Amino acid sequence: MVRVDGHSATGGLIRARNLDKTYRRGGEEIHVLQGLNLDVDRGEFVAFMGPSGSGKTTLLNLLGGLDVPSSGSITVDGDELTKMSRNRLTDWRARHVGFVFQMYNLIPVLTAFRNVELPLLLTKLSRTDRRKHVDTALSIVGLADRAQHRPRQLSGGQEQRVAIARAIVADPTFLLCDEPTGDLDRAAADEILNLLTRLCREHGKTILMVTHDPRAAERADVVLHLDKGVLREAAAAEAAR
Amino acid sequence: MKYARIILANLGRKKVRTILTVGSFFVAFFLFGVLATLNFTFGMGTEVASAERLAVINKVSLIQPLPEAYKDQIAALPGVTLVTHANWFGGVYQDPKNFIAQFAVEPESWHAMYKEFKVPPEQWKAFLEDRQGAVVGAATAKRFGWKLGDRVPITGTIFPGRWEFNIRAIYTGTRPSDDETQFWFQYKGLDERRQYGKGTIGWYVVRVSDPDKAVDVVKAIDDRFANSSYETRTFTESAFAANFAKQMGNIKFLLILIGSVVFATLLLVTGSTMAIAVRERTAELGILKAIGYSDRSVLALVVAESLIYAVVGGGLGLLAAKIITLGGDPTGFLGIVYFPKESMAWGIVLLLTVGVVAAAVPAWGAMRLRVVDALRRV
Repeated sequence: MVRVDGHSATGGLIRARNLDKTYRRGGEEIHVLQGLNLDVDRGEFVAFMGPSGSGKTTLLNLLGGLDVPSSGSITVDGDELTKMSRNRLTDWRARHVGFVFQMYNLIPVLTAFRNVELPLLLTKLSRTDRRKHVDTALSIVGLADRAQHRPRQLSGGQEQRVAIARAIVADPTFLLCDEPTGDLDRAAADEILNLLTRLCREHGKTILMVTHDPRAAERADVVLHLDKGVLREAAAAEAAR
Repeated sequence: MKYARIILANLGRKKVRTILTVGSFFVAFFLFGVLATLNFTFGMGTEVASAERLAVINKVSLIQPLPEAYKDQIAALPGVTLVTHANWFGGVYQDPKNFIAQFAVEPESWHAMYKEFKVPPEQWKAFLEDRQGAVVGAATAKRFGWKLGDRVPITGTIFPGRWEFNIRAIYTGTRPSDDETQFWFQYKGLDERRQYGKGTIGWYVVRVSDPDKAVDVVKAIDDRFANSSYETRTFTESAFAANFAKQMGNIKFLLILIGSVVFATLLLVTGSTMAIAVRERTAELGILKAIGYSDRSVLALVVAESLIYAVVGGGLGLLAAKIITLGGDPTGFLGIVYFPKESMAWGIVLLLTVGVVAAAVPAWGAMRLRVVDALRRV
């Protein structure tokens, strides 16, 4: 169940309360997020839509522990992010979050295998176990036969699938996808969306995805609209217009 | 080791840049090795000097003589256990560029004074029995292809004329830093033949019974000959060697100056290379941080990269310098060419320091990089 009113009684996976994020730019304060509440249960696929500058990526950064809110609290699976030090937050990200970015962000000098292995180098897994995990992740995204290819030898869709393999290889608590199909053609985008849907339905992954693409948003269980720093459910957003 | 592949992959990203940076380290540390060798060569007397030995010269200057008669007077002073003397001959073998340090020595006391030089007993005996005999260091014998029994003509410059010597013995040092380039012959042979300065010597070498009381012996010698026609100036052997080296100018200062300029340049070149490398990879560093790499891990990755440049390039440079110096003196007039282990150790410390310092600023920047800022640069 996804709620944005801050009244969820159940202990969901993600719980954000009264989130504010303010930037200062040239003496002017910009309120990107204002009093935002969000509850997401485990296994949900949530899409965030909204115009550019509405705060979607900022929200994703806060939920992923990449940035800290100006005020408010974020709790993920019982861990309160807003009380963590920078180092603890880094450790927490390694264990709980898988990131998928619009531009894939693979390391160009490493093969697909080595790119996917990167998060596992932070664990105590043996070399053999790391290999097994990477092989599994690459199989899930359908790129087992491209393990030794470098990013420039892959298509955009394949690169994004490698990025998804990297995001899931350490079995994180949830995936944060920032415009994962934004740089892909329709067919490649559909492949990625199929993959994300499968990860949610078959592997129980909780996915939070920012997108501009309504067809991508359709794949989600819930679509939330962010406008001027305020989050609304799709129906409410429609009514507000 | 888990991160080695990432570091190596990054080094292979811009191969030309990597080769040039490693090359800079190679050249700088090869130069370091050569300069350290030269520094040792010019200061070798101080390196191998014994604390038990003093040198006594004419107070006016080293080139002014002292009477041979002083020997017994010095030997009679308290704290003195042995006295010998030498004259600088300054002759030329075939060509002026064939420099050899030739000394006219009093054989028995000279041999007793310099126990670090080993001469086979039968050769030494042959030398003593031949007034025209000479003892040469193994390096000089090798340089000119001299063998026992060879007759060697030397053209005198201080003592004019053609002087012929028979090679009767070849000495070797007992330490790598011992000078094996000298040429000794008998003082009596010189004194009999020379036209002027008979009965004078160049300098005395004195052994003291207790190095801790060397200062007292120095004072006693100089006081003994004060207000005479030949006043003396007595030094410890290392001070004597240092003064001797100073005659060629302040070599050490020049070497330090050259070395400092080279290393300052190397630091700037490597620092700039690392800064460019980090700036090009800002987004990638951001990704690493996003997926859980700590600030320290990122700092370590950058420093490790710089250290690899330093260790590979600098290490090869030091090794090349060592290999070249193993072949002996390529110029023929430097004498000992030896790259000391201590200098090699300093070279390793220096290359690690340059590697770390060059990466310090960019690595610090990478460490402090905020993920959200880095990702905006994608």
